[in-house]
Amino acid sequence: MQVTRDFSHYVRAAGAGVQHIDLAVEGVHCAGCMAKIERGLSAIPDVTLARVNLTDKRVALEWKEGTLDPARFIDRLEELGYKAYPYETQSAEATEVAESRFLLRCLGVAAFATMNVMMLSIPVWSGNVSDMLPEQRDFFHWLSALIALPAAAYAGQPFFRAAWRALSNKTTNMDVPISIGVCLALGMSVVETINHAEHAYFDAAIMLLTFLLVGRFLDQNMRRRTRAVAGNLAALKAETAAKFVGPDEISQVPVAAIHPGDIVLLRPGERCAVDGSVIEGRSEIDQSLITGETLYVTAGQGTPIYAGSMNISGTLRVRVSADSEATLLAEITRLLDNALQARSRYMRLADRASRLYAPVVHATALITILGWVIAGATWRDAVVTGIAVLIITCPCALGLAIPTVQTVASGTMFKAGVLLNSGDAIERLAEADHVIFDKTGTLTLPDLEVTNADDIPSDVFELAGRLALSSHHPVAAAVAQAVGATSPILSAAEEAGQGVRAMVDGVELRLGRPSFCGAEALVADATRFDPEASIVAFSRGEEKFILSVRQGLRPDAQAVIAALKARNIGIEILSGDREPAVIAAAHALGIAEWRAGVTPADKIARIEELKRRGAKVLMVGDGMNDAPSLAAAHVSMSPISAAHLSQATADLVFLGRPLAPVVAAIDSARKALHLMRQNLWLAIGYNVLAVPVAISGVVTPLIAAAAMSGSSILVMLNSLRARSASREIV
Amino acid sequence: MEILVYLVPLALLLGGAGLAAFLWSLRSGQYDDLDGAAWRAIADDDPPPQEAPAEMAKARR
Repeated sequence: MQVTRDFSHYVRAAGAGVQHIDLAVEGVHCAGCMAKIERGLSAIPDVTLARVNLTDKRVALEWKEGTLDPARFIDRLEELGYKAYPYETQSAEATEVAESRFLLRCLGVAAFATMNVMMLSIPVWSGNVSDMLPEQRDFFHWLSALIALPAAAYAGQPFFRAAWRALSNKTTNMDVPISIGVCLALGMSVVETINHAEHAYFDAAIMLLTFLLVGRFLDQNMRRRTRAVAGNLAALKAETAAKFVGPDEISQVPVAAIHPGDIVLLRPGERCAVDGSVIEGRSEIDQSLITGETLYVTAGQGTPIYAGSMNISGTLRVRVSADSEATLLAEITRLLDNALQARSRYMRLADRASRLYAPVVHATALITILGWVIAGATWRDAVVTGIAVLIITCPCALGLAIPTVQTVASGTMFKAGVLLNSGDAIERLAEADHVIFDKTGTLTLPDLEVTNADDIPSDVFELAGRLALSSHHPVAAAVAQAVGATSPILSAAEEAGQGVRAMVDGVELRLGRPSFCGAEALVADATRFDPEASIVAFSRGEEKFILSVRQGLRPDAQAVIAALKARNIGIEILSGDREPAVIAAAHALGIAEWRAGVTPADKIARIEELKRRGAKVLMVGDGMNDAPSLAAAHVSMSPISAAHLSQATADLVFLGRPLAPVVAAIDSARKALHLMRQNLWLAIGYNVLAVPVAISGVVTPLIAAAAMSGSSILVMLNSLRARSASREIV
Repeated sequence: MEILVYLVPLALLLGGAGLAAFLWSLRSGQYDDLDGAAWRAIADDDPPPQEAPAEMAKARR
């Protein structure tokens, strides 16, 4: 059978006779890499563009149409020492990029307008105490209006839109008081300018927008960056399938290019990348990523196969099915939809704050107006003072209090290997006081390891590893990896479903099922000791050995559990796996509460029960069976190796082998929430000081501008404290 | 104060030019890769021939 790699799905036309592809590249981190890659790729004839984006860790390539095969670029990059894979922009990331650009454009407009309005305002402020003629002052005010009004109309769009959305949903958010404040300040300034009054607040209004846009843009940029990294990680997983393009011809194509009805080949040791059902062949499959069950399942004709299943022994032909055709998937999707609906009711800290804040401020302004009228002021003066109250309380600092902390905190989490999927995840994570762990793939690592390597003589172990290289079986692959074997035994022959054997120096070596090696007698012992392990036997002549292979616990799992306990967080295991396997893990980690053989619906039921008791649950899971409970929990986390559905549902995704990011994320979230609250108090404290000044009617534009920038800078500086190194995790 | 007749339009023009330059730089993708751009500024334009992998790759072929 002939295998070709087909990347045509990712190639797009870029102008006349030029084709374009984007590659995600792993390991690009400095100027040296950038130059090396660009020169290395430009050296290929007919390449017209090779440009590295160091921020997003991607390469854009263009070449003359029809001259080159994209697979060649990937090979070339591999020669240079970089792993690369074509990258397809997800729609979520494309929106983030567009949003980020729009905010930057708004910020640019607002910043330039602020500078120019300030240039006009400062002469007015100083002219008021010297010799500026009223006509000149009016002229400067009109010029300010000319700049500020169109700029505010453009740069204020993000706030006006969000405020309108909130109001039409009959709720309020922080953007409502911001929009009201800006509009009133501008409107009153126009009226005052027409009336030749001394004060106009164009500068304050446009400066407010600028400060708030800085906060918005930083927040958005962090989110965009996280999306880019997540997109790269997804691309570098290089999920492909061997698709039949002819009766006997297969092509290795990206998963995105596979459609329902296609037939794919699944060889031993491969992870299935599509959902479908078996049409030919028999094998054992490992569905631990789907159900959490580590025991292999036998697959024959008609057996449904889910993306993420690992094929163990035989070769299968799988017909790809449309989504949710499979019963398990349909059930999980239904549970997931219900859980997601419930979750959307969470109200963010910022919205809760503004719900309290907006009525108080608006009432204060109204009382000020009425108070002045009663005290004998004219209506016009009273309204001007009332609006001054609104301007000075306009939640500039309040609007920055949360996004700035969020930006800095997500930056620190990013460094600790945690990606944020949702904006309010930090607040919810900080409240978590009970953690539910899934076992398979979460507390344990998704790959297999040999647990009793120390009991076996090292020369025997090495020989077993070399022999294992000749087998496709995942357990054999784990043995080979544990040994670090690189030179296969050339004469080795594989017997399907049994094992491999070879003759070395006149002695027969066998590796495989215990019965294949004549080592059944040793098995009973090993399984009693470790019921979860897969047993593989090795024989050299008459010597027999048993290797026990299993998914190992994450290296720092024990320390992380201890650290969580030290933080007074409740811990339990909810696993879909069998009881003995769960007990073993619970004992090893010192977790008293566990439940085994749990279905997705049971997991949700347990979470609901904890919720009723008032616990805020953090669910950490990776399997497809965890997806509904990830959505049902107060906040959720997944390892990067998780099933697609779970990863998309989880609020946070952590990278790498250690479990430590879970604790690191909780720590920085708690710290961030503390700072957010502190910022809100700072903003309120500023208002308490400023409002009496405003009510007394002596707020000049100069005071408004100084107070506004002073409080904003204070809040931003306080947010930067989220950056400082958090205490040691364990 | 007649000087305002020149200075005010001049100031607005300069401000407008700055904004136009910013919008142009944004549209031409100059903010897409801030990390890379920082390094590109100090990278050698023409590497010495004996070190250039591009040249070696061509020679091998």
